[in-house]
Amino acid sequence: MKHVKTLNNANLKKSAATGGCGECQASCQSACKTSCTVANQKCEK
Amino acid sequence: MIHQYSLNGYQIVLDVHSGAIHIVDQVVYDLLKLLSDEKGELKVEMTPVCPEEIKAQLLKSYSEEEIKDAYDEVLELYQGEVLYSKDDYEQYANMMVASPIKAMCLHIAHDCNLRCKYCFASTGDFGGGRKLLSAETGKKAIDFLLKYSKGRKNLELDFFGGEPLMNFDVVKEVVNYARSKEKEYNKNFRFTITTNGVLLDDDKIDFINKEMSNVVLSIDGRKEINDQLRPAVNGKGSYDVIVPKYQKLVANRGKNPGDYDQYYVRGTFTKHNLDFSKDVFHLNELGFDQISVEPVVSPEYAEYAITEKELPRIFEEYETLAKQLIQRKKEGTGFNFFHFMIDLDQGPCAIKRLRGCGCGNEYVAVTPDGDVYPCHQFVGMEDWKMGSVEDLSVDFKKKDYFAKANVYAKEDCKTCWAKFYCSGGCNANNLQYAGDVLKSHKISCELEKKRLECAIMIKAALADLDEE
Repeated sequence: MKHVKTLNNANLKKSAATGGCGECQASCQSACKTSCTVANQKCEK
Repeated sequence: MIHQYSLNGYQIVLDVHSGAIHIVDQVVYDLLKLLSDEKGELKVEMTPVCPEEIKAQLLKSYSEEEIKDAYDEVLELYQGEVLYSKDDYEQYANMMVASPIKAMCLHIAHDCNLRCKYCFASTGDFGGGRKLLSAETGKKAIDFLLKYSKGRKNLELDFFGGEPLMNFDVVKEVVNYARSKEKEYNKNFRFTITTNGVLLDDDKIDFINKEMSNVVLSIDGRKEINDQLRPAVNGKGSYDVIVPKYQKLVANRGKNPGDYDQYYVRGTFTKHNLDFSKDVFHLNELGFDQISVEPVVSPEYAEYAITEKELPRIFEEYETLAKQLIQRKKEGTGFNFFHFMIDLDQGPCAIKRLRGCGCGNEYVAVTPDGDVYPCHQFVGMEDWKMGSVEDLSVDFKKKDYFAKANVYAKEDCKTCWAKFYCSGGCNANNLQYAGDVLKSHKISCELEKKRLECAIMIKAALADLDEE
């Protein structure tokens, strides 16, 4: 594409179908304890 | 829904429901503005050629050929479901409602040897008197986790306080007890500890580096900033005591085979240091490369509080920090700032993103008395008590309430572009400062959105760097 560069795989929808195993870290257990960012958590699969 | 913004010379478009991030040129940026309503939803039908009224507006700045090219690309992205993609996640909102409890914040000490002025825990005792957790109650907390984690293999336990090093023998005893149960129950315990560092010594450092998968070391940054808000009981600053201890712990972390290497130095910024990027870089100068510095969360009347008035200055500071981090990366001296970490490809699944922290559902806090609360920030709010490790009880009505607190149950979140990145924010903050778990704490939302914009921009800049 000339006008657009896409940075990633955009797999959020696919992840809904295959996700939900619940093994990943609870987000508050990381470095914050006061402010929640979930998108920096790692998938365990 | 899309979210488009310009930052540091990048024109960025986030397609909310596919997670796609597009870097676009000016003509596509302007075209998308005309195609979207104020909420970022598509307001016209995507026909094979650009609608005449939109084309007429773009012709003021662009040639017919440029507009056709740009529209064709936008149409291709739309048809590929990576632009204005549909929101079909609500069907998953009830998944994981009956989630096992697999993460715990264990309040090993309701006491503290510092008197941090912004402490949300009433200087360590959470308003309930100074107490230490007994080894017996600590072991019952492990039994509680083993019972309610059901089929989950990875269990998380954070030693928290107050100051957990004030009761370190019990920390050791609880760790050893949990390790002795791992095989029998087919579990993998991940321990973490959050400390102010004052009581660190060689023995404790060795134990932490061997057993704790992450350690959070509290320090606010520059000496004068740290000491102003983090004094000891006698009023003296804590900086000179903790810095050499943290340096020693970090120098030894991951050194022995099998030891853990993750850590964070973690600070809080307040109205008194809105130039907090200086604190971030100061912490890096001290030799730390895993850094988290976060906004204080407090009632608006606190003299250090961050209010709406401070937001423009903080946004500016986040931008400064983001640009400096890109520069440092270019120079080969980059480091990790926790709140700009974002994984655009391998991050958590959409199901996880529906309800974020999991407090009161898969995550709980346990007090020295053995009482169970939805999370550490709820401790002391008697109405929210939801069980006890003494009799292994859980109030499932309360658990269900938190389980259902997903982004589609929160009116403000439903239509927010950031919903899959913050996942509805902190339920405790929502309750304390917006009056309801299901309402959003506006200041936290604005700060989170700004950090996300910066984090995505950094990814765009680093992608450029990779191409160079």
